[in-house]
Amino acid sequence: MIALDNIHVVFGRGTPLEKKALSGVSLTIKEGAFTTVIGSNGAGKSTLLGVLAGDVIPTEGSVRIGDADVTRLPTAARAGRVARVFQDPLAGSCGALSIEENLALAHKRGGRRGLKLALGHSRRKLFRERIAELDLGLENRMTDRMAMLSGGQRQAVSLVMAMMAGCDVLLLDEHTAALDPGMAEFVMKLTEKIVGAKKLTTLMVTHSMRQALDYGDRTIMLHGGEIVLDVEGNNRRNLDVEDLIDMFRRVRGQTLDDDELLIAE
Amino acid sequence: MSQIALWGAVELGLVYAFVALGVYLAFRVLDFPDLTVDGTFPLGAAVTAVLIMAGANPWLAAAVAMLAGALAGLVTATLNVRFKILNLLASILTMIALFSVNLRVMGRPNVALLSVDTMLTPFYGHGLRDFMVRPMFLFVLAIVALVVVWRYLESDAGLAMRATGANARMARAQGINTDRQIYLGIALSNALVALGGALFAQTNGFADVTSGVGTIVVGLAAVIIGETLFGTRRILIALIGCVVGSILYRIAIQLALSSDSLGLQASDLNLVTAVLVTFALVLPRLKRGVLSS
Repeated sequence: MIALDNIHVVFGRGTPLEKKALSGVSLTIKEGAFTTVIGSNGAGKSTLLGVLAGDVIPTEGSVRIGDADVTRLPTAARAGRVARVFQDPLAGSCGALSIEENLALAHKRGGRRGLKLALGHSRRKLFRERIAELDLGLENRMTDRMAMLSGGQRQAVSLVMAMMAGCDVLLLDEHTAALDPGMAEFVMKLTEKIVGAKKLTTLMVTHSMRQALDYGDRTIMLHGGEIVLDVEGNNRRNLDVEDLIDMFRRVRGQTLDDDELLIAE
Repeated sequence: MSQIALWGAVELGLVYAFVALGVYLAFRVLDFPDLTVDGTFPLGAAVTAVLIMAGANPWLAAAVAMLAGALAGLVTATLNVRFKILNLLASILTMIALFSVNLRVMGRPNVALLSVDTMLTPFYGHGLRDFMVRPMFLFVLAIVALVVVWRYLESDAGLAMRATGANARMARAQGINTDRQIYLGIALSNALVALGGALFAQTNGFADVTSGVGTIVVGLAAVIIGETLFGTRRILIALIGCVVGSILYRIAIQLALSSDSLGLQASDLNLVTAVLVTFALVLPRLKRGVLSS
């Protein structure tokens, strides 16, 4: 379970550039729920994810993940509870390290790292099996550097990495945005399969309204640092992209701009 | 080049192999340009010389030297991590401060280690000439250091350090305390460099406050020559490259300086060093150029 209570985030407080990124966001996500998050640029989507991941410490409010209050914990200290896939395929893995070394890193996410060999025989076998499930042929390239992989392959491996250790929440930060349409669909199908099989509590930020409605069981829309739409169940099933764009237009103040076209897709 | 000069070059190369391993940890593993080593090398020499002259066991003296080096590394890491001073600048500040510290440690600019026992004393006089014993002894020690560093970097803890240097954001997302990794890595790196200084003092019979000038360039030269010849793909190969690179560097210098036809003299050392390092840096590019044309 995730519980955000009255979260305020202000960047550059007291300076001329002061920016309210989140203003009083409260959100409770049930255990095992898959929630999608949409909103225009600057709406606060990334900040929301940052607050959950620990990259952003809120100015006000509290954050609970699972059974613990993690409001003030830095990223590394809460990594055992949070699995994450980044938008930039280069950000979520080490390009200079091999596929299996990246998996070894993820295998110990949030755990103690001792002097045991990172790539012993049994671990190598386990990593190979996990990668083989992707069906991309990467199991024969386990010692290749991550930098040799395409963006899509890296995101697929990142998903496997996210699942190597247990977590209370999976954060997906527009993780298909940098991929070509074919690969984006492959990664989304893979995401659905993994999230469904493990009943993971998931928060997925997306730039695509289509994706936001097609996947998951609840959708929230952020605007100006506040939640302006929160739909699930039948209300959500009856929505289509057109309705979302209408709502979006209403909160935006009618004008159709590039930004809107971008997310309508 | 005479046989003695060759053994001498290998010996010095093996002393600086410890520096190369330390520089590899800081520059390559952690991506932290650490110039502290110009101060920690003479620090290791000074600490070990003063302790031995005071009657301490030479092995213990070397261990204390490593500890002193690690502390110096922690100062640089603290300046960088805690006080957010740019890594390069933080290391320069520590390096400058160490010059004074080293003078304090020794009480004068240099200390001679004459007629006292060193780590090497028990190994002399068993049928081998002294100038052969020294490189053999250093070779064994360098192999031990190489294996320890290798085994560490292949462990979960070592992988965390490599991730910190390769992608700090990803490392934090995996639960790695990147600040702690920098403290640990820079301390370890400087401990190795100080050990190199301690061995320098014990094999050459003196510690000198000016012996640290250019340590970083020599260490980097070894790392780069190793990378050029052996590649960087596997940790073990890269570490072997550091040791071999350090020896080759010394032999190359010795060759250049002892060749009459070149007309170089000992004072040209730094110029030769700079040319050699530049060559090692440009070589991979030239190779690629030849292959593609």
